[in-house]
Amino acid sequence: MSEHVVVIYPHPDDEAFGASGTITTFRQKGIPVTYFCGTLGEMGRNMGNPTFANRETLPEIRKEELIKACKVLDINLEMLGYRDKTLEFESTEEVAQHLYTYLEEIKPSLVITHYPGHAVHPDHDAFGAAAIRAVEMIPAQERPVVWAQAISRTHTIELGEPDVVNDVSDVFEKKFDTIQAHKSQADGMLATVKNQEEDIMAAAKQWLGMESFYTWKY
Amino acid sequence: MEPIEINQLQKHIDDRANKDVYVHLETTNGAYASHFNEDAYNVGAFIRNAKVKYQRGKVVGAVATYRVGLKLDIGWIYAEGVNQFEINDQNQLLMAGHDREGRLMVSLQISETPFHY
Repeated sequence: MSEHVVVIYPHPDDEAFGASGTITTFRQKGIPVTYFCGTLGEMGRNMGNPTFANRETLPEIRKEELIKACKVLDINLEMLGYRDKTLEFESTEEVAQHLYTYLEEIKPSLVITHYPGHAVHPDHDAFGAAAIRAVEMIPAQERPVVWAQAISRTHTIELGEPDVVNDVSDVFEKKFDTIQAHKSQADGMLATVKNQEEDIMAAAKQWLGMESFYTWKY
Repeated sequence: MEPIEINQLQKHIDDRANKDVYVHLETTNGAYASHFNEDAYNVGAFIRNAKVKYQRGKVVGAVATYRVGLKLDIGWIYAEGVNQFEINDQNQLLMAGHDREGRLMVSLQISETPFHY
């Protein structure tokens, strides 16, 4: 099986904050990466600072930012067309079936997604569950490895330490560029860091320099 | 969006009275509220493309924060904390309230055509 990494997250910028360092290390080895992005983050609260987006222009703005971020990372992008904040109300089986049609075609060696129940945002939990269900539809001997990302306060207490811990400080510049491609989101997020720190990149590295995952056990 | 100019906004609300209109009403403190602050509660609600007709609408308030109420035949629509508005290129009236970091806290939008799904 040739290597191909598939990233399944619901929002434009989830890939940037969560896995862009890890993605960069795969790309440096020449491994193709495809991002299946569930929504366009239509209901995001960050509107830029000062505000430049509104509720109606936000989807188009975030779509452009997403395309830009994927160019920075040099990865393929598929936008799946769900609506922000509604994923948990969709049928998990239907979403899983939808994802499965792509997985069947790509035959990835690794799938990165959110850890259901430990991903804080309801869209993260729901999409992570659907992604894992989709992988489960693949016969056991052909199944890719799944790395599930937990960000809840309680994940280490309840799940133990993550078994995959990637120090991405060597490629942090790329991660920072990816985050900044999502301008409407990054402005608000980085502003909070900026208020406290002189060197915003060093502060961000402190905060986002490690990316960790749990290998999913079927 | 621009800071609210009350007379101008009132005129746009009046223009849309007694017509079938589509409303987007939303309030939120974000999906991460209780993640970043254990004492906070996640709260939020939105309704998109509710079709209504209001007999009267009024904007009340001063300086930084405004309230908007729309009186329906058998009910009300209400939003508090709006501080910016605009008429977009589709002639939709967008009102919103943002916090210091530019994050949306409340939104009330009125349109004669449905909002994009």
